[in-house]
Amino acid sequence: MTVSVAEQPSVRTARMGPPAATYRKWGRESWVRRAPLLPALVFLIVVTQVPFVATLVMSFMNWSAQPDAPGKSFAGLANFKTVFSTPSYRQAVLTSVEMTVTIVLVSAALALGIALLLDRKFLGRGVVRTMMIAPFLIVPIAAAVFWGNGILQTGFGLVDGLLGELGVHHAENISFLTTHPKLSIEIELIWQWTPFMMLILLAGLQSRDPEVMEAAAIDGAGAWQTFVHMTLPHVRRYLELSIVLGTIFIIQNFDSVLGMTGGLNSTNIPYAVYEVFYSAKDYGVASALGVVVVIGSILVATFALRVVSSLLSEEED
Amino acid sequence: MTALAPTAPGRLDVAATRSRTRRRLVGGGLALLAWLIGIVFVVPILYMVLTSLHSPAHAQTYPPSWTAPLTLSNYQDLFGATNSIRAPLINSVTTSVVSTLLVLALAIPAAYALSVKPVRRWTDAMFFFLSTKMLPMVAGILPIYLFTTKVIHMPDNVLVLIVLYTSMNLPIAVWMMRSFLAEVPTAIIEAASIDGAGTLRILTRIIAPISMPGVAATSLICFIFAWNEQLYAKVLTSVTAQTAPVFVNTLIQTEHSYLAQLSAGATMVSIPVLIAGFAAQDKLVQGLSLGAVK
Amino acid sequence: MRRTVKTAAAVAALALAGGALTACGAGGSSANSGSGHSITVLMVNNPPMLELQKLTAANFTKETGIKVHFVVKVEQDMRDTASTEFANQSGQYDVATLSNFEIPYYAKAGWISDMESIAKDPSFDQSDILPSMTDALSYDGKVYGEPFYGESSFLMYRKDVFQRLGITVPANPTWEQVAQWAAKVDQSQQGMKGICLRGLAGWGDNLAPLTTVVNTMGGTWFDDNWNAQVNTDGFKTAANFYVNLVRQHGEPGAATFSFPQCLNAMQQGKVAMWYDSTAGAGSLEAADSPVKGKVGYVAAPHDKTQQAGWLYTWAWAVEKASKHQSDAMKFVEWASSKQYEQLVAKDTFSSTGGPTNIPAGKRASTYSDPTYLQVAAAFAKPTLDAIENAPSSNPGVQKRPYSGIQFVGIPSFTDFGTACAKLISSAIAGSQSTDSALDSCQKLAQAAGDKEKQ
Repeated sequence: MTVSVAEQPSVRTARMGPPAATYRKWGRESWVRRAPLLPALVFLIVVTQVPFVATLVMSFMNWSAQPDAPGKSFAGLANFKTVFSTPSYRQAVLTSVEMTVTIVLVSAALALGIALLLDRKFLGRGVVRTMMIAPFLIVPIAAAVFWGNGILQTGFGLVDGLLGELGVHHAENISFLTTHPKLSIEIELIWQWTPFMMLILLAGLQSRDPEVMEAAAIDGAGAWQTFVHMTLPHVRRYLELSIVLGTIFIIQNFDSVLGMTGGLNSTNIPYAVYEVFYSAKDYGVASALGVVVVIGSILVATFALRVVSSLLSEEED
Repeated sequence: MTALAPTAPGRLDVAATRSRTRRRLVGGGLALLAWLIGIVFVVPILYMVLTSLHSPAHAQTYPPSWTAPLTLSNYQDLFGATNSIRAPLINSVTTSVVSTLLVLALAIPAAYALSVKPVRRWTDAMFFFLSTKMLPMVAGILPIYLFTTKVIHMPDNVLVLIVLYTSMNLPIAVWMMRSFLAEVPTAIIEAASIDGAGTLRILTRIIAPISMPGVAATSLICFIFAWNEQLYAKVLTSVTAQTAPVFVNTLIQTEHSYLAQLSAGATMVSIPVLIAGFAAQDKLVQGLSLGAVK
Repeated sequence: MRRTVKTAAAVAALALAGGALTACGAGGSSANSGSGHSITVLMVNNPPMLELQKLTAANFTKETGIKVHFVVKVEQDMRDTASTEFANQSGQYDVATLSNFEIPYYAKAGWISDMESIAKDPSFDQSDILPSMTDALSYDGKVYGEPFYGESSFLMYRKDVFQRLGITVPANPTWEQVAQWAAKVDQSQQGMKGICLRGLAGWGDNLAPLTTVVNTMGGTWFDDNWNAQVNTDGFKTAANFYVNLVRQHGEPGAATFSFPQCLNAMQQGKVAMWYDSTAGAGSLEAADSPVKGKVGYVAAPHDKTQQAGWLYTWAWAVEKASKHQSDAMKFVEWASSKQYEQLVAKDTFSSTGGPTNIPAGKRASTYSDPTYLQVAAAFAKPTLDAIENAPSSNPGVQKRPYSGIQFVGIPSFTDFGTACAKLISSAIAGSQSTDSALDSCQKLAQAAGDKEKQ
């Protein structure tokens, strides 16, 4: 069922909401509408908000799991003061922001390019697509440890080995993990997440109406013009979806830092929280750090999603 | 071509052939580029599989031992008498499949309520779903651990993991399903309801078939994320409920070489996901591209 | 359309299967709540522990009827699990492998049960356990842990390479000598660096060897009044020495190198020396090791003190909250017994021919046992000497308010220790100078020291 370009405006109006007269019926009907939403909502509230409230409570407590720690007590805002005044936590936030932005943008750009390449028919397209998806299907912690110990490992890793065979002098001394820890992690995560974004974007490209694209070609539009004025706007929603989903996961990423560098010059927020929990065993400060991160993320997400993005707006493409 | 007015036949044919050749060259170049990129992306995995087939002594040499003898000993060790990977694999299948089904059962109605006939504050609901993923998972561990061990006394139980994975994937599923359901043209639904079809009929006869590929796509993504999760699994399981990624973690060693064994474990644990992903990749792309359904 | 129906049917079938499996899993519930005798043991996944896992069912369980469920984890994960478990006394594990770092203060906090019943059992022969081990695992006059295996540190070097270079290694080398040899190896041998030293950030990783160097060069973490001494005198000299030695003559990428990586470097002939745990010897002399028979073992290099090796043991501790105290104690007594060591030696000798699985380094009798000496001839004496000579009561030139040779025996060490380890690691990587790393570390250590003053 193709909806031609000419018909789209009426579809748009139809989706903007029911006419004024129906508002009176909303009293009873709106509960029928809301009902399907409730199971998911209630489930999620119970399973996520209860722990979050517990974390919130813990963030106001002096609670250390060290064997020689005094008992639990009320701490007021002391943990939050610690969070904001410790340079390593500030550094962790900066690292998280830097890594997330880099990974998401590079992955999205790469994914778009690769999706464009895979959108065309060519010999062995299915094989290439299968190869492209594979990195996303490897268990992340194992992939991270393998990248750290088998690929980027000084001397014995694949990278040094290949560089050596290409004739690079003293290739076995090259140590990307030590000289560029953040970049190493970024490359590994780009490798893992580009396939995910590529699938979403490929879907977006393949959902373009071919009749519309042909019409543009007949009208004489060049490849670049078609891309900018027709493909990109259609793909925008898919691009935004992949960026949103990618950001959520990459900002939470902990396995790669753990498996590749152990946090050396590359501690991000989740890893910092992990260290406070298990090295310092200070549950109060770790919880406070978690709460600060939630508040910060909500602020950023509000801006990104409601002001910049089209995902949560009432308008359709 | 036949619709165009005829011009001097010779010059048109030459020009057409030249541009066709140029297009073929460009096309061939782009195909080659696609192949190269595909190979670059898959090489680390191929190297991991190769390493898993080497003995530990040959797994970490400089230069890499491309021609070292291949052996299945690492895989045999995985299924050895003590510490077999079999039970963790079964646990992973259980937690991933059941949590995914639960996610679908909750997410599809929710997505319906947020897209086809949206509730008034649907953007707020969407935002709330998203916000539940903003707390670093590490920060939420302790309350959950204490609750599991001290309150409900269910340590080391797959049911706990199933519930947690469901809540972990629900926001993603809702976001994805909402996108798919929003692509269903309302014109069809309106036409059907004008024709007298009730909500249930609309759901089963119209929306369900169109969104099936989208459901497949969402379930595959949820399955993958549940399968790969290792932080909560590590903390909340011990003997009976250990999942596959946690098992792979135990192959890392501090006083022994471990790369070959780890590669075998990582490969083994990724195989079910790889199979599922490859088999369903058509569905995945098709599902994600609902708008083009004819 | 039909395909989607088939897919739906397949999914439903999987769901039923999944539901059935879950029911089985839920019905089975946790191993500890079953009837009959069974215990759950949390262990690190080192080779001797994995061997123990293999041999338990056919030996211990057969004799006593006590079923043992093992949970093996990599060291960091195991420590994380253990610390959460013991701090909260969850009762999920009955026995855990802890070390001489945690056991004293876990005992003080009342988190673990004392093992006097084992120590007083004549068939266990506590006097055979090396005294330094018993001391390290005691608190307030009572024994709280029994060692599974022990280690110290020593210098491992390639005998053949040194012979070619005309270097003679005395039984008690100094660090200055080691630095000279490393330089000589570097200059002469193509592709072989002088020495492998740990650089990976971790309070039990790079800080362990570094702290022994600090001790022997006249430094200490804290003076007797809990003032941190990190960026002064001996510590500063030692840290600069260590970092420079690694930078100039150590393996490239040292900041990511821990035990397995250095072991690999040694086995692949990439380095001529390796200063690390005595446990390395077992792997170097394993049947499939390329350098088997080519490695010499001498005492840990020293400077101002005579002995500089560290002391470490993976030991069993029983959680206070465990509901299976007597079964747990029986297991510990068996696992740390002479009989078990002999059992492993027989099994190992016949199967893998390598000594890595034998839990040595805790009993004096091991080192006069002919079966053991047969497999471990090359390194048995240096190992025993290292452990017996480890200067646990006074590792450095000055008094200190804490126990521990290569660590500071206070709980907060895992916190500031990890942070300092990262600083040192980044100095090794070249991202900052050693002195600035020490300055930052000093602040963290001082904060911890101030808390101890109270």
